[in-house]
Amino acid sequence: MSNYRIQGATGDWEVVLGLEVHAQVISNAKLFSGASTEFGAEPNAQVSLVDAAMPGMLPTINAECIRQAVRTGLALGAQINKFSVFDRKNYFYADLPQGYQISQFKHPVVGEGTVTLDLGDGKTKEVGVERIHLEQDAGKSMHDQHPQMTYVDLNRSGVALMEIVSKPDMRSPEEAGAYLTKLRTILRYIGTCDGNMEQGSMRADVNVSVRKPGDPLGTRCEIKNVNSIRFVRQAIEYEAQRQVDIIEDGGVIDQETRLFDPSKGETRSMRSKEEAHDYRYFPDPDLLPVEFDDAFIEAARESLPELPDDKKARFVEELGVSDYNASVLVGEKESCDYFEELLAALAAKTGKDAKKLAAKASNWVMGDLFGALNKASKSVSESPVSAKQGADLLALVEDGTISGRIAKDVFEIMFETGKDAEAIVEEKGLKQVSDTGEIEKIIDEVIAANPAQLEQYRAGKDKLIGFFVGQVMKATGGKANPGMVNQLLKPKLDG
Amino acid sequence: MTDLTKLSIAEARDLLKKGDITSRELTEAHIASVDAADALNAYIAKTPELAMEMADRADEKIKAGDHKGMTGIPVGIKDLFATKGVHTQACSHILDGFKPEYESTVTQNLWDDGAVMLGKLNMDEFAMGSSNETSFYGPVKNPWRRGDTDTVPGGSSGGSVASVAGFAAMGATASDTGGSIRQPASFTGTFGFKPTYGRCSRYGMVAFASSLDQAGTITRDVRDGAIMMESISGFDAKDSTSVDMPVPNFEAALTGDIRGMKIGIPQEYHLAGMPGEIEALWHQGIEWMKAAGAEIVDINLPHTKYALPTYYIVAPAEASSNLARYDGVRYGLRETVEGGGLVDMYEATRAAGFGDEVKRRIMIGTYVLSAGYYDAYYLKAQKVRQLIANDFKMAFEKVDAILTPTAPSAAFAPGEKSDDPIAMYLNDVFTVPASLAGLPGSSVPVGLDANGLPLGLQILGKPWDEETVFKVSGVMEEAANFTAKPAEWWR
Repeated sequence: MSNYRIQGATGDWEVVLGLEVHAQVISNAKLFSGASTEFGAEPNAQVSLVDAAMPGMLPTINAECIRQAVRTGLALGAQINKFSVFDRKNYFYADLPQGYQISQFKHPVVGEGTVTLDLGDGKTKEVGVERIHLEQDAGKSMHDQHPQMTYVDLNRSGVALMEIVSKPDMRSPEEAGAYLTKLRTILRYIGTCDGNMEQGSMRADVNVSVRKPGDPLGTRCEIKNVNSIRFVRQAIEYEAQRQVDIIEDGGVIDQETRLFDPSKGETRSMRSKEEAHDYRYFPDPDLLPVEFDDAFIEAARESLPELPDDKKARFVEELGVSDYNASVLVGEKESCDYFEELLAALAAKTGKDAKKLAAKASNWVMGDLFGALNKASKSVSESPVSAKQGADLLALVEDGTISGRIAKDVFEIMFETGKDAEAIVEEKGLKQVSDTGEIEKIIDEVIAANPAQLEQYRAGKDKLIGFFVGQVMKATGGKANPGMVNQLLKPKLDG
Repeated sequence: MTDLTKLSIAEARDLLKKGDITSRELTEAHIASVDAADALNAYIAKTPELAMEMADRADEKIKAGDHKGMTGIPVGIKDLFATKGVHTQACSHILDGFKPEYESTVTQNLWDDGAVMLGKLNMDEFAMGSSNETSFYGPVKNPWRRGDTDTVPGGSSGGSVASVAGFAAMGATASDTGGSIRQPASFTGTFGFKPTYGRCSRYGMVAFASSLDQAGTITRDVRDGAIMMESISGFDAKDSTSVDMPVPNFEAALTGDIRGMKIGIPQEYHLAGMPGEIEALWHQGIEWMKAAGAEIVDINLPHTKYALPTYYIVAPAEASSNLARYDGVRYGLRETVEGGGLVDMYEATRAAGFGDEVKRRIMIGTYVLSAGYYDAYYLKAQKVRQLIANDFKMAFEKVDAILTPTAPSAAFAPGEKSDDPIAMYLNDVFTVPASLAGLPGSSVPVGLDANGLPLGLQILGKPWDEETVFKVSGVMEEAANFTAKPAEWWR
């Protein structure tokens, strides 16, 4: 993937990418006010006097947001700055009530860290994180509510964002996508951002430049506020090609801010460098510098759950789950939670060591469950079969109550009805027949009913044993224990 | 019957407690006095009905034995402080019609103690000015005149000092960013007190320069200042820069005993061209301190000459950002342009809503924060500010308090300096350094100049040592025995 190249008339071009991800911090209250942060409230229902920048109102720091940023930094193995400063970024806009955004400029709360990308086939790549700083979100301007007026909704005004700035370490749209995916996974694991890009709680500014491999960095353009991973990839593809075309036509790239239009699949200029704001950053005199001690950092560290990379390693090395299965399961927190809950329940129910069950369980989750969910266009969290129910089903297979084949049928019914596996097995009489006498009786009937096949078998056509097994299974509605059928059938056929 | 408006807060407090007078009587007398003082233009909004309600509640409190220093005391509130449902505009056109849904912490503290609000007081627009000539509501007149000539009351707390000097309030809230309490106090023969930065909450105070703004009081004497300051002080979680320190009983500091105390005289405050009588009065003050048993120590504050330029970078820089919220979008004035867009609305609103001085400071502030100028101006100013604070820190290793003139002149006539911003800014030359260092300070009225206008001396203390400032102020007041009163020409 790092060999991604744009073929131009003058040769191959390399794409250089850096991302600034804005991630809405999970916290009950906003960064500097007590107003709620819940999504989807009526316009202007969650606005404090501070958020509306009423005269004389003052921001006070919400310590939980600082803690969340520190936890995020720790999860990215980053430098945590025990001293950081909030600055004012001054500009005018209707949905920016203060006339400035409180952000962190010179002294961010988190310094350099790393995100490890999973590029498939067990390949990884490290992408550097430059910094993470906290800042206020702006409100929302609504231009479609009135023919002449713009309406402003300040519910989002003052909500805490983490701006996670990567180094220009990515070289392809896929890498940028993998970076966002991995970052989102980590944030969701540690509960610092819900990662819902469609709700705007995570969005990316994408810095794109192109160069001939080995050349110094080219002039970059920043594509603002891209709100899906797919759009990020599309925007990069378009923008990189645009830049190559300009340069190859003898032009130069203007450093500018651009917007991605998903309906047209193209980027267009928003403002040039000359039009760029002079933000007149200076330390916010309403706020003291943020200072905390090692104990605060350690408490934040202890609050972190097992991180995705560690989890994957454990699945593979300790539980014997395949690398592929482990990658997929760990990639989505909900999937991983489901798998872990199922495995624990299965181990408890069967009394067997989880290590002996994990590979099978992961195959079932990845195969039967994901297949059904996919077909039904449902996410793991919407699964009609809970992890506990799944474990009960697998336990029935494990103790021989039903066969793997029957389990698939039972699962289908479970998925449709939400009923428990045991109830379905009971109700439909699907218990595996392991009674020797009963199986022998059926075998005898099958042999008696098929004299021609018996003759051919005895004449040396060994393969016909499969035919007899099939007939026995058919006669028992698939409930006969296949191992026992094999064991009992051969002596009888052999006479 | 004695004129209740001539009582001090301390006297009224004692009479209220004894039941000799009621807050209702006291408040009625003051409401009449407020109306009689219209010529001063000190009040820009009167709240007599509210005052009577508050007075009655105060009387009930007193009856119930719940009596504090400010209970039942009628006061005026600088228009900078948010008062719920009442005119709060920092005397700017841009906040036209603004009545907040909230109360500033400083005023809430007063009301919690049972004080009575007479109304909102005139001030320089957004507290930017030294003569109260920049108010959208017109200039305030100083109760003290130069013969038949009007004089300015100083600024920015011009309404505060005029109402107190003119017996139209027993005390008034004020705010100091570079001298807006002490300089007008000096011009009007009142006692002005600015506490340590962080002593009072800024919550609900319309911001001018956040790192400098600090609430304080205007009263007619030192004891009243101590009583009122104690009421408005205290930590507030809603202001990150307020400090969680216990509030001492300031009145208890008025022991009258400064024997053995070391009083510093900064040599850099001997300003060339300063009127001889101010220099003489300062010398007189030094003699009074000596006579009271204090030791006089010459000190140096070497960076004093940089204080004014530093202030006029830091304060406008913060102001340019603090005033960005007045954009016509959510409250106050909105001017739109036919067929225009958002930027046109901003420009029209701010062009119409801000006065010249405010615009001047927004432009200075925007300039000094701009890319390419930030390091040369704002950053350097912050460094110099630190040096100025260090000057004081070193001086206070040797002395307990510092004595200086409050202002380089007595009150001047309206228009005398309003065309010359630099001349106007020079008014704050003695008050600005302590503001930059966040120190507590007072202005004590000590005498009259040849024209019969009051002059004050400034006393500065260590951070959080308001008690020493009060103590020294009290001794100065007693020694000066300043009993002159303005002729009540406005009645």
